[in-house]
Amino acid sequence: MTTGEEQIGWSRDEMAQRLALDIPNGSYVNLGIGIPELVAKFVPKGRTLIYHTENGLLGMGPSPAPGTGDPELINAGKRQVTAIPGAAYFHHADSFAMIRGGHIDLCVLGAMQVAQNGDLANWSTGEPDAIPAVGGAMDLVAGVKSVYVITQHCTKTGEPKLVDRCTYPLTGRGVINRVYTDLAVVDVTRDGFRVVELAPGVDFEYVRERTGAPLLRSAPLATGQCHEHACGCDAKRRPV
Amino acid sequence: MIDKRYQSAADAVADVPDGASVMIGGFGEAGSPIELIHALIDQGARDLTVISNNTGSGEVGLAALLKEQRVRKVVCSFPRTANSTVFPDLYRSGKIELELVPQGTLAERIRAGGAGIPAFFTPAAVGTPLAEGKESRVFDGKEYLMERGLRADFALIKGRRADPYGNVVYSKTARNFGPIMAMAARVAVVQVSEIVEAGALDPEVVVTPGIFVSRVVEVASPMHESELVATGATYP
Repeated sequence: MTTGEEQIGWSRDEMAQRLALDIPNGSYVNLGIGIPELVAKFVPKGRTLIYHTENGLLGMGPSPAPGTGDPELINAGKRQVTAIPGAAYFHHADSFAMIRGGHIDLCVLGAMQVAQNGDLANWSTGEPDAIPAVGGAMDLVAGVKSVYVITQHCTKTGEPKLVDRCTYPLTGRGVINRVYTDLAVVDVTRDGFRVVELAPGVDFEYVRERTGAPLLRSAPLATGQCHEHACGCDAKRRPV
Repeated sequence: MIDKRYQSAADAVADVPDGASVMIGGFGEAGSPIELIHALIDQGARDLTVISNNTGSGEVGLAALLKEQRVRKVVCSFPRTANSTVFPDLYRSGKIELELVPQGTLAERIRAGGAGIPAFFTPAAVGTPLAEGKESRVFDGKEYLMERGLRADFALIKGRRADPYGNVVYSKTARNFGPIMAMAARVAVVQVSEIVEAGALDPEVVVTPGIFVSRVVEVASPMHESELVATGATYP
């Protein structure tokens, strides 16, 4: 690393790239605001994903070239986007019918806290003077087939985000399937958090110390990512 | 002869009374009917209940209506933007009431209201603070919350084109809440960039059939919220 501070684990782009490897070809995907948006940059060659944005577009494309944007063509983060050939527009009730009706394959969200039972908190700190705002997160976690979280493993002040029980107000109960952090890929299982992959240079103990709940080890643990394939398979990952 | 055309935005909102419930279309600036909102500010109605996904940005459009303290309560999913302090200031000083509703529940409440469905069950918000006080039921082993359909006295909506019968087509993601709010309001008012003659809209692509719309008004070059905010514009 060329930065003054030693960087441990994956960068945001690398986290997004790692997650993108796991999205099957042909999936309908909803990406939340923030780090989740980065995932679209890293879809492996040969795979086509269709992006849903809940304000009413299926087939969302990248940002427009400077000067060509349309203020009436935006994403859920209210940023200008484009529509791919084959895109469709629809109203909000139809958009959330896609979400609640189980038609979207995957959504990727940010998190304040994820609990070992899959509970998610990502909309409010619950502080008295906070302006509560929820948007579509509660609908997404209730209806989308798989819900992944992408987030830093700890807060800026070093508190674990993977916890025993969420202390912030919940977005949904038992809704998260998998978490991608700067340190590891962690499945939410019936038995709790299970590490399925460690970032390069990170060992299990390091992750365990920064996790607020018991952490299981899947055997054999893999590290790094699949550089050989575009398929996201585990075959070429190096066991620890 | 049916002719739903109104001469101006002012004419189209002239009879909104104090205490009215008003659905206002738009997701962020896309689909926000700024000219109709500004006409409502000029008209002076107060003590309004506003049903809208957001609470506006800067000090124009919906944010301006709030800043004028014409609104008693908002029913809303995301009353926060990066560039407006109007709603947060009112909320923190206790000058406005907020009913926070998950976005999809808000959409379905409006759709249901317009479709004559008084209540429905949804899985969204189960186990969260937004479930408090709501009736829940288990269907096929899974818990759902009962939510009520929403109706309103008026809806203010932005479309792209309309005809004198009130048939409307929209522009891209500005469609968002327009079609369902038109269904759920006693009087749906739609501003469009262009009113065309009957028959000019292909019946196969009409998005909101005219039966849901009471009034159409042409605003040939509608303003965009972000452009107004960028210039520091305020209203009135």
